[in-house]
Order: sequence, then structure tokens, then C-alpha cells
Amino acid sequence: MYSWSFFPIFQASDLFLWGLWVTVVYTFGSIVLGLVLGLALCFCRLSGNRALDWVAQGFQELFRCTPLLVQLLWFYYALPLLLGIDIDNHVAAMATLSLYAAAFYAEIFRGGILSIAKGQSEAGAAIGMSKAQIMRRIVLPQASRRMLPAFINQSVIQFKNTSLISVISVADLAYMASVVNGQTYRPLESYTAVAVLYFVILFPLTRLADYIERRLRVSE
Amino acid sequence: MSVASPAAADTILEARGIAKSFGQLPVLKGIDLALTAGEVVSIIGPSGSGKSTFIRCMNMLERPDAGEIRFRGRRVGARFADHGAEIGQGTLRRHVGMVFQHFNLFPHRTVLQNVTEGPTVVLGQSQKEAEAVAMDYLAQVGLADKRDAWPAQLSGGQKQRVAIARALAMQPDALLLDEVTSALDPELVGEVLGVVRRLADQGMTMAIVTHEISFAAEVSDRVVFMEGGVIAAEGSPQEICREPRHERLKAFLARFNA
Repeated sequence: MYSWSFFPIFQASDLFLWGLWVTVVYTFGSIVLGLVLGLALCFCRLSGNRALDWVAQGFQELFRCTPLLVQLLWFYYALPLLLGIDIDNHVAAMATLSLYAAAFYAEIFRGGILSIAKGQSEAGAAIGMSKAQIMRRIVLPQASRRMLPAFINQSVIQFKNTSLISVISVADLAYMASVVNGQTYRPLESYTAVAVLYFVILFPLTRLADYIERRLRVSE
Repeated sequence: MSVASPAAADTILEARGIAKSFGQLPVLKGIDLALTAGEVVSIIGPSGSGKSTFIRCMNMLERPDAGEIRFRGRRVGARFADHGAEIGQGTLRRHVGMVFQHFNLFPHRTVLQNVTEGPTVVLGQSQKEAEAVAMDYLAQVGLADKRDAWPAQLSGGQKQRVAIARALAMQPDALLLDEVTSALDPELVGEVLGVVRRLADQGMTMAIVTHEISFAAEVSDRVVFMEGGVIAAEGSPQEICREPRHERLKAFLARFNA
């Protein structure tokens, strides 16, 4: 019978907290960058300009149809050979996570914007609003409400995906589990503790997404 | 009337030779129509005759394939902003309001915010100024007490009256009404027509696409009968609605009197 002992794990709680902090920074950083880039991609797709649409769609498919793990390894180990420069693992991690997130957020934006009835844009146009004003004041505020559940779900996935940056030695929460395991020889406790930490943070978020989705269904 | 002559000084909005196809299907085959200041013109005709498409061309929500729209004698261009001798679509729409069949109120804005949106964002009025104007128009359509309601809380007739107030708050030179009672329950039609009738009495220049023939006959200075993408007959309400001579027009009107 295995005898559990979380005591060594508690002793290493500084490492876990630091790892958690790194995970949060990479998650939020890549969400913000991903949202900005995703919105740009989405506008390219909806611009009506064939070339922009094609480039944006190509980008999206590239990042949606390859594993994030492969992307991280490629950016860290392969891209430097192509460019002839070193890429810091932190830069590679943040860039890859952001680009990956952008590909998915762009699709959420696109779906949300296209779901707003044409009559809304026409009503804005009919009072003399410009395309940008219509987008900012009429379409996006309505679309963002509808996008919120999908956005939270994608961000939950992003939080978990951040664990992959440990393979290029960024000291995130998952990475710290390995470190603590190495120090304590207690893999069961180390990895369980990390799993519990992820769960405790993400479970409320998935509940929130469900709640918002139900409320939207009632109000529409 | 010579088509080539420059528009009369009091012509507000004019369509010349408007043609439009959707794919292979020609919907408008060359329509001329001028709206003089203070004039109310109703456009009637069977479904699919191109009435709605035409009125949507008049504020360029629909881009004509051929022909041109002129606002106060100036040609409306393809851009949003004024460009050279042409005025922009933004300018046109600031001066020519439209009310839609399905209201198209902004659901994320209150009644008052729906009405102040254009004046603040497009005309640059202060919030206070715009609210004062908006309350005047909401009072005119009998909805001052609904200022803080959300569109979802209103009946169809109330929604449409807010939509009319929203268009009026831009203090337009002309209004385009696209089947504004077609989506309403029968008992709510009257309240909306009442508002339109009062606008006509006040001298608002209007083009009205409608299926309400007797209403058209009552408020209009001129009635236009469209069929198959052309204006098939045009004249006073008396000539068009009461003593129609055009065979297809007679057949069309007969369906309403049955």
C-alpha cells in the first residue's frame, strides 16, 4: 500500500507558486496578444479582399491543423536554423502560444460577427454611420456577448495548453512538477498536486461559461 | 418633363435610370423618380416587383448596377465621404432617413440610446443636446415614457415608432419608409400609420413602399405602381388608386378590394 506524504510537496510550495505565476503570465499574455491578432485575422477574412482573406485563412489552417507541441518545438529548434539567429525559449513560447490562440480566436470572432443580422448594419448605415462606427458600436458589442462562452472555453484550453511550454524549458507549473518530483522522488504527490491546482483554477471558469451561455439563451 | 434637364431647385432626392440585377435576375430595369420638397410619394405593386430594392437604392443600401442617385442635384458617389463633385453615401444617409420593415432597433441600446446614437456619433451632438431632441421625437411618436425600456420589452408597433423617432432625430430632409407596417400584427398597424400621417401633414418629404393601398391613397401626393422592375403607372392617388386605367394595376388593386 502506497503511503502518501504531501509534506515534501508543501515544502516546495514556493516552486509551485512560481510555476503557477509563470503559467498565468503566459496564459494571459498569449490571450491578449492572441485576441488582438485574432481580431486582425478576422477582419482580414471579412474584408472582402481575396488576397487578405486567403493569407489569413492559410495562417489559421496552419496553426489549427498542426499540434501546438510541434509548433513549439519548430519555433524553438527549427526556426532559428532558418533565420540564423537564436530565439530565446521564453520568446518562442509566448510567440507560439499567441499565434496558436489567434488562429482559434479569429474563428470565434468571425462566427460572432457573422451571427449579427444584416439589418443591424443596415440600420447603422441608414443613420450615416461609417463601417468602422457600425463595427465598433453596433456589431461588436452584440457579437461579443454571443462570443463570450466560446471565448472562455477557448481560454480554458489555452491555460492548459500553456503546460506544453515546459518542453522547451520554460519554468511553468507543469515544469515545476517535474522539478519537485526530481527533488522529492514523489511523482504521485507532485503530479497530483499540479493537477489539483489546474483543476481548482479552471473548474470555476467552465462553470462561468455554462452560466453565461444559459443566460444568453434566455435573453435572446 | 425632360429627363436630361437639371433637377428643379426643390428636388430633394432623385433616381435616374436605376437598374439592378441579383445574379442573373434583373430586378430593376431603369427607374426614374424624383422627390420634391414636401412631397409624399407612395410606391405600390405586387411582391417581387422591385419596390423594396428600389427604395434601398435611393439611400444606396443597395448599389445600383446602372443609373444614379442625386441628392439636391448632386450625384451620389461610390464612396462614404464626399469626393470632388460627388457627395458621399455617408452624407446622403445623414440627410435621408430610412425606416425598415423589421424595425432593426439596436437591441443592446435602450429606447433613448437608439434615438441618440445617430445624433451623437454621426452629427457630433452632445449627449445632453441629443437627449433633448430625442425626447421631443419620442414624445411625438407617443413613447416618451418608454425612454429607458429595452427594445425587447416593446410591442412591434412601439418598436416601429421608436425606429421612426430614430430616423427623425437625424432631422432628415427626406424619409424612406420600406413596408413599415408589413411585419406588424393587424391591430398595431394603425398606431404606426397614424405617426406617418402626422409626418405627412407636417410636410415631411417621404417615399413610402407600402401594401396599405387606402393609406397610400389618403396621404400621398403621387402614387407609383411598379411591376416587373419598371414603373408601370404613375399619377395622383385618384388616377392610380380610384380610377385605374392600366390593366395590370386594375388586377393588382382588385385583390385588395376583394
